Amino acid sequence: MYKKTFKVLLPILFLLILWQSVIVAFDLPHYMLPKPLEVFSKLINSYDLLWEHTLVTLLEIIVGIALGCFFGLSSAFALFYFKRIEKYLLPILVISQAIPVFAIAPLLVLWFGYGMASKIAMTVIIIYFPITTACYDGLKNTPKQWLQLAHTYKLSAFQILYKVRFKASLPSLASGIKIAVCIAPIGAVVGEWVGSSKGLGYLMLHANARMQIDLMFSALFILIVLTLSIYFLTDFLTKKLIPWASHLH
Amino acid sequence: MNKNYIAKIQNLGLDFKGKKLFENLNFDILENTNSAILGSSGVGKSTLLRCIADLEKENITNGQMVLKKDTNIAWLSQENSLYPWLSILDNVQLYNHLKGNKTKQTLKKAKELLEQVNMLDHIDKKTYELSGGQKQRVALARTLMSDANLILMDEPFSALDAITKIQLQDLTCQLLKNKTVVLVTHDPGEAIKLTNHIYILENHPVKINKVASLEGDLPHKISNEKLWDLQEKLISKLKENNV
Repeated sequence: MYKKTFKVLLPILFLLILWQSVIVAFDLPHYMLPKPLEVFSKLINSYDLLWEHTLVTLLEIIVGIALGCFFGLSSAFALFYFKRIEKYLLPILVISQAIPVFAIAPLLVLWFGYGMASKIAMTVIIIYFPITTACYDGLKNTPKQWLQLAHTYKLSAFQILYKVRFKASLPSLASGIKIAVCIAPIGAVVGEWVGSSKGLGYLMLHANARMQIDLMFSALFILIVLTLSIYFLTDFLTKKLIPWASHLH
Repeated sequence: MNKNYIAKIQNLGLDFKGKKLFENLNFDILENTNSAILGSSGVGKSTLLRCIADLEKENITNGQMVLKKDTNIAWLSQENSLYPWLSILDNVQLYNHLKGNKTKQTLKKAKELLEQVNMLDHIDKKTYELSGGQKQRVALARTLMSDANLILMDEPFSALDAITKIQLQDLTCQLLKNKTVVLVTHDPGEAIKLTNHIYILENHPVKINKVASLEGDLPHKISNEKLWDLQEKLISKLKENNV
């Protein structure tokens, strides 16, 4: 237990020392790079303000992930089950990834407004592809032996898809979800940068414009903690729900 | 010997990955017999087994595969055929689980079968915690659970260590005594030990030839000099086909 805690704390301590050393070595002023202690004290003093904006971003991320999973899974099932649409939908999916999400952010704000909807839409777009491809690959790569068995039991194509292929795709889907939860905050924050009045992204821009660099770093710090927490929670849940995934090979 | 056919392959033509694999292939399986199909790698042994199980419908170009009415097929493949997301009991009752008709009776039968394959003590383990041999024991119980009369075995012992292999081969013979069994294997010794009828699937063109019929109860003891000679003969025939 102590060893594990030490392993986590050591790199954090290293980064803090490096941060402080850079400031001292280059004599950086506060408005360029605040000291770790200043950021920490801002975190405590502006707790209410930071919490209010954190809740907004967190909600955008969670709803975005939920909707992204829903659309991603639906698309993967549709691609797999209706073979005819695969050749039309798959190229569209790939092309959609060639358009930088940052470029369409202003459009999303225009279409969905300044509220949460545009940020959620951005999050959904950014995680849709990894979820879809991960689930689709999992469905396609179901081990031959498991399928042969299901076929000898004369299961219908839908039963095989739902009862065998979907279950077999869970490890691959879990990998896709883990990638998705790491990049989901990017969607929410970029959406907030383009146009919003709430959220950590908005707070960072707002603080930056007013030279409140310590507040900006506090918001950034919370965003990092948020992303890491969501990732480790997802990792923990997938290990609990699909314990067999790591024993497959 | 009962001369009724349980499955008949007639003039079967089959394309595999765009290439012609079988052309006018004929093969009959007699009821209540144990047959082995030997052949070099890639000749189409497993595909032939899949044809018998009716899993190659879309690749058949001509001919047909006729199964006797009311034939139930069970499939026993290599290691890793258990569904890891299911418990051991659900894997044994797999048919009922997938069809959604598990009952107290099926549960009781599953436990009885697990006892027969000496796996009742491991019932609370996860499937991925089992060794290769234990997994095959559970798969054997699942095969028996389905009450199938035609058992198709695709190299079921190939991934096991020597001792586990011998134990499982003996157990399989004992439990599948009154069934029709078709075994696909690379190993001539295994074919002699576990079956009464031995076929070789030959290449260029692909045809199936019966090379031996053996009498006596299974499993055969290969220490017998006659069977030792047969093994040598099968090996040289396989070498010829492998060229």
